[in-house]
Amino acid sequence: MKATPLSNCERRFLLRAIEERKRLDGRQCYDYRNVRISFGADYGCCIVELGKTRVLAQVSCELVPPKPNRPTEGILFFNLELSPMAAPGFEPGRQSELLVKLNRLIERCLRNSKCIDTESLCVVAGEKVWQIRLDLHLLNHDGNIIDAASIAGIVALCHFRRPDVSVQGEEVTVYTPEERDPVPLSIHHMPICVSFAFFQQGTYLLVDPSEREECVMDGVLVIAMNKHREICTIQSSGGIMLVTDQVLRCSKITAVKVAEITELIQKALENDQKVRKEGGKFGFAESIPNQKITAFKMESAAVDTNNVEEQAEEIITKADPPSEVFAKPILHTPGTAQIGEGIENSWGDLEESEREEAAEEEGESEATAFECQKMETEDTSTMRETKTDEPIVLSDSEEEEVVILEPQELPKKTRTQTNSKQENTSKKAFNKRRKKKRAAH
Amino acid sequence: PRSPSLGDTSVLAGLYGPAEVKGSKELPDRAALEVLLRPKVGLPGVVERSREQLLRQTCEAVVLGVLHPRTAITLVLQVLSDAGSLLSCCLNAACMGLLDAGLPLSSLFCGVTCALDPNGAIILDPTTRQEQEARAVLTFAIDSTERKVLTATTKGSCSVEEMQQCLAAAQRAADTIFQFYRDSVRRRYSKS
Repeated sequence: MKATPLSNCERRFLLRAIEERKRLDGRQCYDYRNVRISFGADYGCCIVELGKTRVLAQVSCELVPPKPNRPTEGILFFNLELSPMAAPGFEPGRQSELLVKLNRLIERCLRNSKCIDTESLCVVAGEKVWQIRLDLHLLNHDGNIIDAASIAGIVALCHFRRPDVSVQGEEVTVYTPEERDPVPLSIHHMPICVSFAFFQQGTYLLVDPSEREECVMDGVLVIAMNKHREICTIQSSGGIMLVTDQVLRCSKITAVKVAEITELIQKALENDQKVRKEGGKFGFAESIPNQKITAFKMESAAVDTNNVEEQAEEIITKADPPSEVFAKPILHTPGTAQIGEGIENSWGDLEESEREEAAEEEGESEATAFECQKMETEDTSTMRETKTDEPIVLSDSEEEEVVILEPQELPKKTRTQTNSKQENTSKKAFNKRRKKKRAAH
Repeated sequence: PRSPSLGDTSVLAGLYGPAEVKGSKELPDRAALEVLLRPKVGLPGVVERSREQLLRQTCEAVVLGVLHPRTAITLVLQVLSDAGSLLSCCLNAACMGLLDAGLPLSSLFCGVTCALDPNGAIILDPTTRQEQEARAVLTFAIDSTERKVLTATTKGSCSVEEMQQCLAAAQRAADTIFQFYRDSVRRRYSKS
């Protein structure tokens, strides 16, 4: 599907509004949209909504052999997907530039910042380590995918619990969630990305651009920072030229925003923890309906299945009986089997005409060969009668010189086609030809 | 996008269309329907592809594609959580998506999953554990006008009588589900 392009008057309107320090949704230049975090039923599953931009994150783990050059470290794998439902312009299977850029940013933000302790993921050095896989799906695109994705990623990693493992000498035991409580990952700090959009060659700056603002911006600066004011990643794209104090100003704004968001994340994680401990209901089935007016919940309903058997009986008696089923396969020789007996082929006439033509062209021997074939096709269980002394010519072609010198008993045919025997012999001939070729080489 | 949840199974459906279609996929007399099913973890594989085809054929049976020739309708389903009966949840999500988008349909449909446990008892809407322990799992798509079967798919072995019984049970369950559709649509459009 094609995305509708931005019209010129919309573009002009947006730029003029930004010059007057106004935004379409009424925010101030440094305001973030509302961040909402909800958790799913499994550990490591969460949905983050930044305004209307929605990202789903899921963390899963698996025991794998480690990388050869890092035998004592676990493996992290990040994957961001732009679902086609996010925007009409996203198509499945196409590696667009945007996707690559976002994936790289997420990787740098979460992997290179060493926020997850990979040494703690090692189970048996050099043999088994945990591979942690983070899948991010963009569900709705309304601007600033990277911020929402980084928040979703780090929240999911903090929320995730991996199975407990104990090592006794050579034996490794992985406990199921029922046997022992799963263990959280060891996370040092929470890096969060904040994006700044620049307009008019760096004159105007907006935090958390929406989708329309992203279409008209000149460039974007992304700073990933944690609450200890350490910059984990910084990236400027779009070719804008920024002055040092602009960058410093942005980093100060980032520090403030990150502190707010980190607090929100902590609160959300604690809430979810509390609900799970108290045994309350959790998961999307609970969180989504309560927030949306368009959602509707129905309790599990009992279905009356009393008369089901009678109804079914009626249907069966009225239905036609199934056609006869061939249950037992017949084994001829090892490697071949036949299910059912072939029916008489209805191509008898065709063979007749073939036979006539052949008789005209080739002469007697051909005709006898075909006759043998005809007998074979009609009769599936008796042996084939061949004239063992005569060489059987296979094809009408004058170029081929393949002749079977010792026709052996072929395995009984498994198909009802007329020229199946011919195909069998030609297969044998093909093998002979191949063997000849191989001998030549 | 619509998001039906069956207990803890949650599927989010998003629909675009009828919209412009690329040259090769264009059908001259009807709309080209495409279904994309995205699992939560990992890349879509063969299982997802086969389910996509099943959903596509079910949807094509109800969508009046001839009213929108040379267009494309794209239905994207994202699995949010899976606790059993995933295929019928996808079917329900697809139908609600089609309904909410306002596409012309000849009837609605709903998905019902039945599991046959080793004793022969029928369990409707089984959880993942019940599905694994069951002898056979059957999923039906039932249409709304005459409760006829649009799609039937089974895993495992069961006798013909058992299948008919499951089908009859699914048809009963379909009544409840269609009532739920009606109530939720009424509620949605009365508030806005």
